[in-house]
Amino acid sequence: MQTVVDIEELSHFYGSFQALRELSFSVPKGCFFIVIGPNGSGKTTLLKTLAGIAAPASGAVSILGRPIERYTRKGLAKRLAFVPQLPSEEFPFRVRDIVLMGRSPHLGVLGLDREADRGIARQAMEFTGVESFSARRLEQLSGGERQRVFIARAICQEPEILLLDEPTAALDLAHQVRIMDLMERLKKDRGVTVIMVSHDVNLAAMYADRLLLMREGAMVSIGSPAEVLTYEVLEKTYECPLLVDESPLGGVPRVTVVPRRYMDSDRVPLAPDRLDNSD
Amino acid sequence: MNADSPTLGLRIAVVSAALSVLLILAALLALVFGSTDTVMEALFAFFRGAEKADPMAQTILWQIRFPRVLLAVLVGAALSLGGLVFQALLRNPLAEPYILGVSGGSAVGAIFGILLGFSRFPGVSLTAFAGSMATLALVLMLSSGQSVLKKDSLLLAGVMVNAFCSAVITFLISLTQDSRLHNIIYWLMGDLGQSGMQQVGLLAAMLVPCFVLFFALSHPMNLLLMGKEMAQTMGVNIRVVTLVLLVATSFMVSATVANCGLLGFVGLVMPHLLRLLVGPDHRVLVPACALGGGAFMVLCDLLARVLPRQGEMPVGVITAMIGAPLFIYLLKRSGSDANRR
Repeated sequence: MQTVVDIEELSHFYGSFQALRELSFSVPKGCFFIVIGPNGSGKTTLLKTLAGIAAPASGAVSILGRPIERYTRKGLAKRLAFVPQLPSEEFPFRVRDIVLMGRSPHLGVLGLDREADRGIARQAMEFTGVESFSARRLEQLSGGERQRVFIARAICQEPEILLLDEPTAALDLAHQVRIMDLMERLKKDRGVTVIMVSHDVNLAAMYADRLLLMREGAMVSIGSPAEVLTYEVLEKTYECPLLVDESPLGGVPRVTVVPRRYMDSDRVPLAPDRLDNSD
Repeated sequence: MNADSPTLGLRIAVVSAALSVLLILAALLALVFGSTDTVMEALFAFFRGAEKADPMAQTILWQIRFPRVLLAVLVGAALSLGGLVFQALLRNPLAEPYILGVSGGSAVGAIFGILLGFSRFPGVSLTAFAGSMATLALVLMLSSGQSVLKKDSLLLAGVMVNAFCSAVITFLISLTQDSRLHNIIYWLMGDLGQSGMQQVGLLAAMLVPCFVLFFALSHPMNLLLMGKEMAQTMGVNIRVVTLVLLVATSFMVSATVANCGLLGFVGLVMPHLLRLLVGPDHRVLVPACALGGGAFMVLCDLLARVLPRQGEMPVGVITAMIGAPLFIYLLKRSGSDANRR
């Protein structure tokens, strides 16, 4: 299978703190790839390394078969777009200007856009459903609307790989589903490889083709949601009691947190091995 | 993008044309106003192509006022652009070369150069440049780190460096006892007089390439406003862009300080005014600040010449009297913005 991202023995340090521990994996082309794991497990650092923002301390990162350090900033930006965590700062620009900025890597130094670029921006705005407020300034929008604007900007870059850092954090349920559906459509319609960091294990289970579970900078497990999201692996990784069963929609695991007061309740059909332990 | 938003090229052209008209009007006003009434006739005579104007008025027009107006245009453009670039790079609406102490550092460097007996060019210009780079590095170093009050720590560092520079300047002046003293003090307060065409030409040769550079980097400045991470992943080499812009700005500021002394707050007034008028796009703002800043400085210099009954006052007095209240207003407003969030 063709891969678009190949990582070998990747390590990263913040001072003496090791944020990534010899990670090795590949991401197939056209895959919806979601990285999950507890806080401080190195998910964001991994994403920033893929985006070329953080340089690896050791190991190799290849994007589309070419070592990442051999790309120019512009060259990388034509192939790979990055949506960081929702920034809290205010931006003075209008929605359509921000989306059009996504064309920058394809344009000259002044970023003078042609009709074709405006067409691509218009398409990206329609795709993400932000065209109705394209003339508004960013500070007049809600969190979910802003996130869609930044995603439209990234789509406007026409990347082969799209990286997103917790795009659904702090959004309500409707907006979460809307953004995840958008990513799925982007993958299906345009063949874009989507690599996302998420805190929401259940959303990840519903949408991911492949999951990477990380803990303390190292890989715990990689594979399909059914392979990765098992009770044994998750409880050890997150260090809290969890209930893992199948989603009523079928086919994928569902993870439920277990409050302490339910620990001894027979309303929770806990996994058999734990029942054995508690007896 | 739609019919209601004209293309970028058109917007740049319209804004530049409008501000050029303003600049030309300001320049004409500055050329004809002054203590000698016959200058206006000399100017009309020039436009009619006549040769019979009063030679005295001709001399005042072309030897004194014309270079002075050109100098004001250059300096106003440079200082406005300096403010615009600092505000974009540091993502702080209150950043300005004078407030951050970069102008003060240039002045210290320039005074050292004068006291060491260097010529104005290249000696004093180089010591001024060294002074501006040193203070800029100091301010950025002082305000870096994991400070929660990042925005304010930049300003605080600037204020402290500025205070230190003022003390050094006063110290150096106190040690000076010869005829250079009056010159230094008058130059320091911001003075556009005593400029010949040669000096203006030299300054233009230093400043105009910086203006062109800023225009060339105006789109990366837009992208930088989206945050470093987004800018990088949209193809901006932020390390190179930031370094080039900081060095070019402090070079430009030091060149104006070495020539005309300390002119504060120009870099605050014009970028803010023009942002309100033409929006946040730096591809429009860079030419707008160059032209608008030039017009602003010409008018300030005109006020400095005509307000006093006798003689004239340093133009730095006028720019500070307009700019300082605006700074306080902006400080107040950005404070209430922070509270709202």
